[in-house]
Amino acid sequence: MSHLAIAPVLIPLLTGILLLLGTGRPLVIQRSISFLSILAQVAVAAALIIGAAGGEITVYALGNWAPPFGIVLVVDRLSALMVFTTVVLAFFSLWYAVRGNDTPADSLHSVVHFLLMGVNGAFLTGDLFNLFVFFEVLLIASYTLLLHGGGAARIKSGLHYVLLNLAGSSLFLLAAAILYGVTGTLNMADMAVKVANATPEQTPLLTAGALLLLVVFGLKAAMVPLYFWLPRAYASASAPVAAMFCIMTKIGLYAIIRVYSLVFGSEAGELANIAQPFLWPLALITLALGATGALAARELRLQIAYLVVVSVGTLLAGIALNNVQALSATLYYLVHSTWICGALFLLADLIMRQRGATADRIITGPAVRQAVKLGGLFFIAAAAIIGMPPLSGFVGKLMILSAAQTDQQTFWLWAILLLASFVMITALSRSGSTLFWRTENRVAKADKADRGALLAVISMLSLALVLSVAGDPVVRFTEALAQQTLTPSLYIDAVLSHETLSGAHTGGAHD
Amino acid sequence: MMLLAIILLPMIGAAVPFMTERMGRTLCAYSAAIGPLIALGLLVSSAPTIFGGEVLYSQTSWLPSLGLNLNLRLDGLSLMFGFLIVGIGLLVILYARYYLAQRDSLAKLYALLQLFMMAMLGIVMSDNLMLLIVFWEITSLVSFLLIGYWSNQSDARKGARMALAVTGAGGLCLIAGALLIERIVGSFELGAIFAAGDEIRAHSSYPVILILVLLGAFTKSAQFPFQFWLPHAMSAPTPVSAYLHSATMVKAGVFLLARMYPALAGTEWWFYLVTFTGMATMLFGAYNALFKHDLKGLLAYSTISHLGLITMLFGFGTQLAVVAGIFHIINHATFKASLFMAAGIIDHETGTRDMRKINGMWKYMPHTALLAMVAALAMAGVPLLNGFLSKEMFFSEALHLESMGMFSWIFPLLATLAGVFSVAYSVRFIHDVFFNGEPIDLPKFPPHEPPRYMIVPVEVLVGLCLLVGIVPNLTVAPFLEAASLAVLGEQMPEYHIAIWHGVNLPLIMSMVAMAGGLIMYSQRTGLFAFYERKFRHDEKIVFESRVQFSVRVAQRFTDFIQNNSLQRYMALLIATAVAAIGYALWTMPQLLGPVAISDIEPVSLLGAVILIIGAFGTVLLHHNRLAALLLLSVVGLIVSLIFVRYSAPDLALTQLSVEVVTIVLLMLALYFMPQLTPNESGNKRVARDILLAGAAGIGMGLITLAILTQPFSSISDYYLANSVSGGGGANVVNVILVDFRGFDTLGEITVLAIAAVGIYAMLNGLHLPLPQADGEGRRWDKEPHPPILAVMARILLPLALMVSMFIFLRGHNAPGGGFIAGLVTSVALILQYVASGTAWMQQRLRWRYRRVAVSGVLIATLTGIGSWVFGYPFLTSTFSHIHWPVVGDFELASAMAFDIGVYITVVGATMLILAHLGKLAQSSHSPRPATSKPYSSPELTKGED
Repeated sequence: MSHLAIAPVLIPLLTGILLLLGTGRPLVIQRSISFLSILAQVAVAAALIIGAAGGEITVYALGNWAPPFGIVLVVDRLSALMVFTTVVLAFFSLWYAVRGNDTPADSLHSVVHFLLMGVNGAFLTGDLFNLFVFFEVLLIASYTLLLHGGGAARIKSGLHYVLLNLAGSSLFLLAAAILYGVTGTLNMADMAVKVANATPEQTPLLTAGALLLLVVFGLKAAMVPLYFWLPRAYASASAPVAAMFCIMTKIGLYAIIRVYSLVFGSEAGELANIAQPFLWPLALITLALGATGALAARELRLQIAYLVVVSVGTLLAGIALNNVQALSATLYYLVHSTWICGALFLLADLIMRQRGATADRIITGPAVRQAVKLGGLFFIAAAAIIGMPPLSGFVGKLMILSAAQTDQQTFWLWAILLLASFVMITALSRSGSTLFWRTENRVAKADKADRGALLAVISMLSLALVLSVAGDPVVRFTEALAQQTLTPSLYIDAVLSHETLSGAHTGGAHD
Repeated sequence: MMLLAIILLPMIGAAVPFMTERMGRTLCAYSAAIGPLIALGLLVSSAPTIFGGEVLYSQTSWLPSLGLNLNLRLDGLSLMFGFLIVGIGLLVILYARYYLAQRDSLAKLYALLQLFMMAMLGIVMSDNLMLLIVFWEITSLVSFLLIGYWSNQSDARKGARMALAVTGAGGLCLIAGALLIERIVGSFELGAIFAAGDEIRAHSSYPVILILVLLGAFTKSAQFPFQFWLPHAMSAPTPVSAYLHSATMVKAGVFLLARMYPALAGTEWWFYLVTFTGMATMLFGAYNALFKHDLKGLLAYSTISHLGLITMLFGFGTQLAVVAGIFHIINHATFKASLFMAAGIIDHETGTRDMRKINGMWKYMPHTALLAMVAALAMAGVPLLNGFLSKEMFFSEALHLESMGMFSWIFPLLATLAGVFSVAYSVRFIHDVFFNGEPIDLPKFPPHEPPRYMIVPVEVLVGLCLLVGIVPNLTVAPFLEAASLAVLGEQMPEYHIAIWHGVNLPLIMSMVAMAGGLIMYSQRTGLFAFYERKFRHDEKIVFESRVQFSVRVAQRFTDFIQNNSLQRYMALLIATAVAAIGYALWTMPQLLGPVAISDIEPVSLLGAVILIIGAFGTVLLHHNRLAALLLLSVVGLIVSLIFVRYSAPDLALTQLSVEVVTIVLLMLALYFMPQLTPNESGNKRVARDILLAGAAGIGMGLITLAILTQPFSSISDYYLANSVSGGGGANVVNVILVDFRGFDTLGEITVLAIAAVGIYAMLNGLHLPLPQADGEGRRWDKEPHPPILAVMARILLPLALMVSMFIFLRGHNAPGGGFIAGLVTSVALILQYVASGTAWMQQRLRWRYRRVAVSGVLIATLTGIGSWVFGYPFLTSTFSHIHWPVVGDFELASAMAFDIGVYITVVGATMLILAHLGKLAQSSHSPRPATSKPYSSPELTKGED
């Protein structure tokens, strides 16, 4: 049988273990292991996407226990795309990291892979409690990563991060307990069936579980009023880590998409589409506040962190619209914003290294040594993230804008999203012109950017062009994805009708 | 294919100058011209077809599901604009070669100019409205870089940002407008949109669409009240101004008016919005142009005025007005581009653009002067020059307008007024610069004629002004004809361009404008003083202060909502959760379900009371950390008793050992902290927190009650039924942990291992200042390791280890298992640490706990992978009963190997934390280096474990 479905979990797990057992080996060996592993993961993720593209939903029953009793991993278009997005982001982050941004290396590489295990697992699992477990894995790994490199700012924002997320985990546990207490199951497909057939007495209890879960995912996704911890934490992380973190909010968004399309989706009877009415206003407020924060930011990395919040607001709005076109747009935009925000964090690191003590503060400083090169890249990245054509942000924005359906949706979404774009134009043109143009008459003493690191950033940014120019297959994929995701019965049938292999669990005969 | 090539050539050409830059500036310029030259050739070759009334199309699929395709068209309008864009672009390339100083990068300018050219060609050749917007936005972006070309100048930076903000905002409106159009038409294709013109105009959202599209056009074409960015864009190098801000980019707005004319024009909305905006712009620009002392400022405002004039013509909505509008686009582009170039030459030769200083240039550069004067006369609308022809048409159209009923006289009047100003500033340009005495304080003196080739582009353009002005029907007529046909379609009017129509009203208006302009110019001194008093304001300062203001507001607001307080963020999280639960409880018709609540018996009640006391005590005493911790452990112990009471021995065992280990570790951590925490929260916050905590607790309590009184059936029945037969163990909890849900356990032990790694990274090499005494000032005991404890502990160790082995082995069938066994082992080892000290233990137990923890995960993972060999999924278990002599029947389950992994991880992780905290504590009893860091900023350093 094929074990491809579990490979995105096991490869990084084994890599993490291997790297830790090999602590003290030369850096080059550790880097090679880490890099080879991520290459393998990219290959596996590509294979998953190709496998899922046709619409087949692969179910992998762990321990060969039939669902809903055992834990299952499920590969559908959505989970395959999420895994692919993650490992591609990790590929570039690690590429950047191995160019000298990974010391002390022993913990960075191993923990990045542990993080990948958690993230990939969260995307693949079809079990609510298992999702919780993977949330724990990625939380503890991300916390460790956040502290990577040390320093007071990191410790402080890291403390906020870990405490809030631990509280979030407790809420997750409560929510899972409530849902289990009512439905008696943890398998999400099975839970969906139970929810659809809920008695009137059960409905309010399920509502409680569903909304509590929304709070948890909202915290992960950085939805208002739960995102306030995010900008500082992201801005103080080391560059490859901050880039990696661009997937973290998307995990919350993924969980929202998955749970509220599958368990509480259109086929959930009384509880159908329970989250969307709450998501809609919160999404738009998140979007507006994120843009305000980007305008207010005094440091470049903080500004990028707020752009992450803007993208979260945009994506939540797409989810709240709850139609095929909107979900397709959401997924396209998700991939785009993950990669481009990641590239921006890496680029910000290259820029601040050439600004001496001014670092990434948006004030007049010494001239950037490679102003044309880095400035040009910044210009492209900024255009992509604002959503200027012909880059991917524009395509994504266009898709989301045209997905609004009623007049009211159209008015609010367009007004806020376009206004936010305008604010971002103002904010980024201001920071860009300050960083690269309004400089002192001297060049900071700094090395030129490492060629490899620069190449990593350039290749990552070129994804914005690829996603746009060769965007048609991507858009077609996300459309099929949205179609599949919004037809939860496909997933439910695939999981619940999954047949385990015969012959196992019979036990040895007593002799 | 050819159409694509026309657009792509300049784009490819953008890369060329970088390659040829090293070969000298002239070669760089020539190489830059290759791409556009070929494009021009292609345009020329297709001109006859277009003049014949055909339209060329090219279709390339891009994002068909979005309706966004690379579909191009070449009709009369595109062709005319294409010639302007490529033709003037080529002249600008030549001109820029001599204009730019040695230190400025020619390649950068050429690359940007060609990118811009590509985008402009894209706008005029798009056959898809969204594609047009794509190119539209690219022109905004590239113009940002072009205006900011001299980035070290503050004016250039601000001008660039202002232009980007205004045109960018317009672009966003245009996107919204296009999307609305698409909703009506179902397509972005221009053909479909034109065909659906009536439908669009009849639609209820037509006014919104019109306003959004016009906002796009007006911002780009610098129409009032968005005109303010254009004068500040003059900080760009003059070739850029000549190209973008007279001939091309600002024409994109009026191009859009022409392009969307078949779909949107012909309504009252259109008439009023477009005509009056154009009129206001025309007057505003003309008036201001007269008073600018800056050469380029004058030209910029004059451009605004002429753009207003064109807009107004499109607003009129009559067929002849459209023809006149298109005609004036051509004329304005030629004479204004040449004027900008002339201004650039003068700037280049004198070092200033201030007309109060530049006087009498006739003497120094007669050749340039002659050309500039001809161009300026064309601008003024003097006969025999092209400006005259279109201006006559404009006057004539203004006269024939009857839409306004009895107020129609207002148009010819205001048109003449604008003409007066136009003549006045043109005269000023000529007289002030070329005559008017001697130059004053020129930075460069004496000025002389520019390099030969720098003036060629001006000659070409002025030549065109003359040619068009004298023999319009031999030169411009086919272009005009084809372009008008593209806009108007079948309703092409009969018209006749001629220099002499006899003495009629338009001619008289022209005469009045001439005379008025001359008179106005002669009165300039008084007018200038008046203007200085009344109308001096700098939009740049206004814009900049608005940006600064909004940034400050944004900062204050962001700082206000994000005060970086963990307490606030936590309160928000809990409040949100309370709201979620509260909402659900609110909708509940009745709280309790059908299942009866069991009776309260004394033992449970006692336990509950102690639990409550413990919980409240923890909160009340939290200022004394040690006491709070002890009370917390009471909570934990009661919870484990509850597990016992409800027949969950496994959970009880786990809870108990977890409790012991955590309390010990927390005690160790407390050692480094002040024993008391100060009271920091005010009454308000305490009240808020009590409210929140109360609501959260009560809400959870209620919901739990509601759930427990509902009938319940779950997957656990399956576990009970299959534990022995399928998992080979009678202890269902353990079988769930290592088999049914072994994957969860694998995840959790990974968490433990990562925690070990993280804690190691944090604590390794950390130095903390250690308290030498307890809270009340008592010094620590000199004998930290009392011998009795040490001896007892050592005796206990093998016993404890044996117990843990026992617990482990029986785990699959009776309470126990790897997790509990691991914790018991840890407790036994912890006792040794406590009794004999870290140093003593380290000498004896030289384990690298980090590796131990990780090895555990490895073992568990490999066990899981083992099942692959047999063709089963990850973690599929197998078991078998082996008969050992003497011992008897013995069961061997693969899950046991997994459980060993769990055991090892638990021991490794807990011991790592303990050993490292212990190591920290150890140093308090031994002298430390003086350079230790203060504990407020702990430093993480790399070290070996």
